[in-house]
Amino acid sequence: MTLVVVVVLLAVFVMVVGGAVLVRARRYPELEPPDIQAAAEPLVADREVLPPPVVTPELAAAVEAEAPPLPARPRMRDRLGKARGLITGYVGSVLSRSGIDDASWDDIEEALIRADVGVATTGTLIDSLRQRVKSDSLDTPEQLLSALRDQLKSDLAVEDRRLHLADTGTNVWLFVGVNGVGKTTTIGKLGLRQAAEGNRVVMAAGDTFRAAAAEQLQVWAERVGADLVRGAEGGDPGAVVFDAVQRAAARGADLVLADTAGRLHTKVNLMEELRKVHRVAQRDPGVVSEVLLVIDATTGQNGLAQAREFAEAVGVTGVVLTKLDGTAKGGIVLAIQAELGIPVKLVGVGEGPEDLIDFDPDEFVDALFAA
Amino acid sequence: MFESLSERFEGIFARLRSRGALSDADVDEVLREIRLALLEADVNFKVVRDLLTRIRERCIGLELSRSLSPGQQVIKTVHEELIGILGGETLRISYASKPPTVILLAGLQGAGKTTAAGKLGRWFRQAGRQPLLAGADLQRPAAVEQLRVLGGQAGVPVFSQATDPVAVAIAARAEAERLGRDVLIVDTAGRVTVDAELMDEVRRVSEAVRPDYTFLVVDAMIGQESVTTAEAFHAALTLDGVILTKLDGDARGGAALSIKEVVGRPVAFASTGEKLEDFDVFHPDRMASRILGMGDVLTLIERAEQNYDQEVAEKAAAALQQGRFTLEDFLEQLQQVKKMGPLQSILGMMPGMPKELKNANIEDSEVARVEAIIRAMTPTERREPDLINGSRRLRIAQGSGTDTKDVNQLLKQFKEMQKMMQPLMAVTGGRVGKGKKKAGRGGGRVTPKGAIAGMRELRKMQAMGGMEGLTGPDGKLDPEALSGLAGGGGPGGLDSIRESLGLPSPGQRGR
Repeated sequence: MTLVVVVVLLAVFVMVVGGAVLVRARRYPELEPPDIQAAAEPLVADREVLPPPVVTPELAAAVEAEAPPLPARPRMRDRLGKARGLITGYVGSVLSRSGIDDASWDDIEEALIRADVGVATTGTLIDSLRQRVKSDSLDTPEQLLSALRDQLKSDLAVEDRRLHLADTGTNVWLFVGVNGVGKTTTIGKLGLRQAAEGNRVVMAAGDTFRAAAAEQLQVWAERVGADLVRGAEGGDPGAVVFDAVQRAAARGADLVLADTAGRLHTKVNLMEELRKVHRVAQRDPGVVSEVLLVIDATTGQNGLAQAREFAEAVGVTGVVLTKLDGTAKGGIVLAIQAELGIPVKLVGVGEGPEDLIDFDPDEFVDALFAA
Repeated sequence: MFESLSERFEGIFARLRSRGALSDADVDEVLREIRLALLEADVNFKVVRDLLTRIRERCIGLELSRSLSPGQQVIKTVHEELIGILGGETLRISYASKPPTVILLAGLQGAGKTTAAGKLGRWFRQAGRQPLLAGADLQRPAAVEQLRVLGGQAGVPVFSQATDPVAVAIAARAEAERLGRDVLIVDTAGRVTVDAELMDEVRRVSEAVRPDYTFLVVDAMIGQESVTTAEAFHAALTLDGVILTKLDGDARGGAALSIKEVVGRPVAFASTGEKLEDFDVFHPDRMASRILGMGDVLTLIERAEQNYDQEVAEKAAAALQQGRFTLEDFLEQLQQVKKMGPLQSILGMMPGMPKELKNANIEDSEVARVEAIIRAMTPTERREPDLINGSRRLRIAQGSGTDTKDVNQLLKQFKEMQKMMQPLMAVTGGRVGKGKKKAGRGGGRVTPKGAIAGMRELRKMQAMGGMEGLTGPDGKLDPEALSGLAGGGGPGGLDSIRESLGLPSPGQRGR
């Protein structure tokens, strides 16, 4: 009985207090930008803006000692090779039968679910396949698997998978995602790639929350020869990104790679903070040409919830699927694309600077199903 | 988007007319829903299959009870089965006779090992121990630095060397002995299980440091690969338990079930936030509810019973019922609610809560602000807020360190509450106080179906748009929606949930 009262009171309480909070949250946007604008000049002076490092022999040696050896540019097929075993098993099982029977469908369903494709998406896929089998009168396992591959490739196909750069303004690529997915490491790798393509990069240590996050990015900046803008730990992430944009503009750099703190999508205040960072990043001359959601390939169905919330908060333009060098298949990206229309643009396949590949759906699917 | 298991079952069992045993067909249909729920919760495919076989056996021929709906009975069975798997004895740390007691942490990249190490450091320190943290992750840039910062926050020293993980482990142990530290926590680098070299490395670290406890740190959002991962680490290291991290998100955490079922090792600790104190021993019953998507009702019930003064609660009930709930009453009840812990965490435990409310992140400062405003009022003003004119508002604002906007806001919201309170209590009916008959309005009866139906209504409204779902077309709060929160159909809605989970009612447990 007490519980009922508690529940009702909680509800009442939440209405009363919660209403205030929600109103405040909506009011919140109005408060911040003037602060940033007004403080722009002094803030730059306060921030620790590192010049490009002078690479002394000692520094080079130290960085080298830290960084693992750089392998040749990896191909998706090679990097996913070790993880093929699972699907190969199911494929083998399907192929071992003379025709297409219930067991074949069970194997396919299991393979897809095990790949974290999810029950709903798997169901849709299998329904389409069943239609196809009927309409095209398929009867061999090879045909079935071929149809499955085609369906997956077609589901993942998008017209434009490029990473965009606007012609005018200072480009900002904002990296968002939950904790531990590989945002900072991805920025490091992208920094190297951009440098190789002759683009000048400024990294923004927008993770002002996690212990030694800026230090982590600093190591990457040194590795790849990029400028780094960082702020005080516990400071305002928006201000760091803003400063980075200003610095990039001042130095004629092509691109700002903005790191943000990992945050669970269920935390309303943190998502609000992210919205703010996004807004600040767009202040003249900043142009946020990409908002990249970094998703860990080992993530299960929660990946879809993550994508939904981040998309709603800041508008995600692409997914970076990381840690695909492990056993996980990252099947959740199918649901993300199907439901939200967000394509995978990049794939992370290791912790080294070269371990970043452009996502190719054909290669992705073929590598999974190669028998 | 995900509907609760109970809602799904209600749909199935709505058609069930005759009382008696569940037919095979009924069971099959229900099992399909359970399978769906478990897979969506990221429970491993094979584990789900085995589980369903066991549940099916228990469900066939299940005699329908008089007090529980068939759906609730099945849920109860499933819930029990899950607790059985997840539970067993809670892992208790037994300290080595010859210190230090060594704890080794391993896992995939990004699982939260370093943060967990810091938290363990703090946890052991709180337990009166003298831990030492060892940073053996030399792979990730600034990992040791991160551990140093966390160690500083936890008040625990950190040891590391720029050599290699095995050497660090050996040296750390020697250092722990030298310094007389009785617990050594070794953080290692994240690694993928298919990297034979790295798996061998962590095995060598383990051999070098001879851990008393090896914990696999697992992210609660991990999908189907939880089993392969756990098996691989178990084969290399022989795990003692799992630390499940990032449980403050909405990942259902099926990995907990999968790993326990396949590797036989329990979840020892649960990490529920980014702060060092967001760390505690694992509760299997709560995890089972979470996996099934039932919210953390048990904790809620526990907290309410332990902290909420029953007499005060009954007073509130009476006031609510008679529609004369004042700010004075609110203030009194607020003190009780505060005793239940951070409002945010309580809200998170309530099933059927609309997302906006659940994640509204009501900070204690907000609570304090509301309280200050009410306290700045005179008792008369609290009882009759209509008295509060402009000058009084100003006085109250100044007295509470807020502004008149906040005061207005509070008064407005509270008035809305009051208006809605009456029909609410009418809907929820008159039976106040367990077993006692009191005169009351309306004839709301306590039924489990009502409870679930109320929540379903709420869910529907929620689907229509979050907090807006709680307001009717006139923009005012909908009593039915709120009665859904209270458990619809009658006070004791949550009692019926408790019943359905097979827990004793407070009367039985005694206070």
